Amino acid sequence: MSELTEDSVRAEVRAWLEANWNPELGLVEWRNKLADSGWGVPDWPKEWYGRDLPAALVPVVAEEFTRIGAIGVAKAGIRTLAAATILAHGTDLHKEKFLRRILTGEDTWCQLFSEPGSGSDVAGAVTRAEMQGNKWIVNGQKVWTTSAHHAHWGLLLARTDWDQTKHKGLSYFIIDMHQPGVNVQPLKQMNGHASFNQVFLTDAVVEPEFLVANVGDGWAVTTTTLMHERRGADGLRTWAMGSDRKGRAYDEERAEIATTMEPYKWYPQRAGRVDLILSRAKETGRYEDPVVRQEIARLLIMSKAAEWTARRARAAAQQGKPQGPEGSLGKLVASHVARAAARVHTQLSGADALLSGPDSPMNGVIAEILVSVPATSIAGGTDEIQRNIISERVLKMPKEPSIDTTKPFRDVPRNTVR
Amino acid sequence: MKFSFSSEQEEFRTSLRRFLAERSPTKEVRRLMETDAGFEPAAWRKLNTELGLTAVRIPEAYGGQGFGFGELGIVLEEMGRALLCAPFFSTAVLATGAILNAGSEAEKQALLPGIAAGDTIATLAWVEDPARWDAAATRMTATPSGGTWTLDGHKSYVLDGHTADLIVVLARAPGTSGDAGLSLFTVKGDAKGLERRNLKVMDPTRKLARLEFKGVEATLLGEAGGAAGPFARTMVEASVCLANEMAGVSERLREDALAYAQMRMQFGRPIASFQSMKHKQADMLVDVELAKSAAYYAAAALDEGDEDIAAVASLAKAAASEAALQTAVHAIQIHGGIGFTWDNDTHLWFKRAKSSEVLLGDAHHHRERMMQHWAA
Repeated sequence: MSELTEDSVRAEVRAWLEANWNPELGLVEWRNKLADSGWGVPDWPKEWYGRDLPAALVPVVAEEFTRIGAIGVAKAGIRTLAAATILAHGTDLHKEKFLRRILTGEDTWCQLFSEPGSGSDVAGAVTRAEMQGNKWIVNGQKVWTTSAHHAHWGLLLARTDWDQTKHKGLSYFIIDMHQPGVNVQPLKQMNGHASFNQVFLTDAVVEPEFLVANVGDGWAVTTTTLMHERRGADGLRTWAMGSDRKGRAYDEERAEIATTMEPYKWYPQRAGRVDLILSRAKETGRYEDPVVRQEIARLLIMSKAAEWTARRARAAAQQGKPQGPEGSLGKLVASHVARAAARVHTQLSGADALLSGPDSPMNGVIAEILVSVPATSIAGGTDEIQRNIISERVLKMPKEPSIDTTKPFRDVPRNTVR
Repeated sequence: MKFSFSSEQEEFRTSLRRFLAERSPTKEVRRLMETDAGFEPAAWRKLNTELGLTAVRIPEAYGGQGFGFGELGIVLEEMGRALLCAPFFSTAVLATGAILNAGSEAEKQALLPGIAAGDTIATLAWVEDPARWDAAATRMTATPSGGTWTLDGHKSYVLDGHTADLIVVLARAPGTSGDAGLSLFTVKGDAKGLERRNLKVMDPTRKLARLEFKGVEATLLGEAGGAAGPFARTMVEASVCLANEMAGVSERLREDALAYAQMRMQFGRPIASFQSMKHKQADMLVDVELAKSAAYYAAAALDEGDEDIAAVASLAKAAASEAALQTAVHAIQIHGGIGFTWDNDTHLWFKRAKSSEVLLGDAHHHRERMMQHWAA
């Protein structure tokens, strides 16, 4: 085999794309070609739809896809987490059954980790899975489940041993979401949207071969999934751009994006929309008030400094330097920025902050900011958990003494006893 | 280089940090801050000659090393961290900046080599009563007399004003107002008619003086009546430099408070293991890192000739002012009772944070300036 170089990879993928890309193909048909050729996920193993390409050369492939305008595999959302988890811990049967349909986008997935009684403390899950006969029977309740209403499969964390300590009594399953024991209900949020679901599991069935790794390994597998969560979020942003080109594949991709992005349409508002501040200040005339200008300045300073801090972290990563403290602050800083922005938007809007929907400024966008920002400091790890992570991992401060990880889980105080 | 330092710059920082830790231990800071001058001329000259500190940003044509604000920012950050007692900000930032921005080629040739070599201690005197940081508030008059000028009036809050060999002074032509009629002058520290009084200061590591001018003979620096632009530029540079110094002050406060929390035992455990302490420390890290990002960005923006520099400089100074003071307040609080004692070192950096917060205009002042630039 010849040595892989940037040039050789570029030439090879370019030739393949020129020979095969056709925007008039159906989306699934095209993505099946990608799976067969390995160009859809070139860093994946050869035996599983990839080419074993070093991660450093993957951007070369991506550039060629962009150059010709070719659509990639279905990457966004929980699918990505499912694929990464299955690649790392799944059996050949799992890979055979699930990976291709993840790449083609035919299957959607959801993540069944959080519960009403375990939010920040995910390992405190009390949904139980018991072996009855030769099947796992699952009972419990999951929450904050994006896409559960259309998902085919779920990544399920459940407790299989109550006499083990908290983290050792968990197991990880793949559950068929289309069965009578799975009841999905939308969860309406304070901003009126219902982007997430509650999932009630009542004697839901999991086939024994859909256990991932071994009984008791659930926490280790969950950690793998969570590690990929951030990367997934980044992928979502790029992919959601879509394209305005003509062709059947593009049309189908646009429809796919619309479905997947529907729950996220208020996400820009939850970040505070700092981009609107100066224009709103001028249009409302509040810019003339020096007190208001002070508040705007505070916000813009924080927002700029946050952006530059993120750039410092990226620059360090690009130069291969060890990550400094600046790389761990983004999530917490984003909360500060969002809250400050909501405060300034309120100041700028005056009494209009009392209104919502079409009666309110910008046809409801401002109102949506005010009631969406509280999500930022909770979703994906609360500010408090972020501060724990920063103080323990970056500043090396001691953990608080733990009272829940050394005794059998059944003796640990918790919210719900089933 | 707005987001990272070169390996040469990192090495420079490392060696400077080691050097200053050795030469400016807290014991030495405490000894020098009790003196009238606030530093020892012989020791400062020796340190300056070894490291070439006042020469860093002066072009090679005038006896300097020809580095930029990136390097000067590193020097200031490390000096803030070590709380070095030296007439550096006055000489290398304020006076050097004014001379470089306003001076003619001949004036730069005459004045800068002495500063670069460490022979001249210099400062910039512009603020008067009631204290305002903008040039337009200047009332001191400059009257031409023969080939020279005569200065009458007063200046206050002059950094190292009672020890400087060379004082750059902002004054105006009689009958002018606003930015018009402003000129810069140089005056010798021992000039006839100049009376200098050391002010009693809150932050004893940064000495200030009040200067009375009664018919003092002065030499014009730059163009008569044309000082507004060069002076404004000097203030922009000084704000960026102070922001970098404050980054060092803030980080030192944060690190010392963390070390104390790790060591201090209460209720049978290090107080660093309490969530209230951990969350406070995480918040302090956010404050300090954001202020550092702004200070570094602003220094690089000066070097790169960024046209938005006036707004960016005010942004960095406002961010640094808030972060330094907030960090100092947290640091005292984390130390508890001992942190309020004179013997504990925290108050030394607290006071520097406080004096830097006010110097060149506080956060409110700079937020307003930033908005004025961005609205325009």
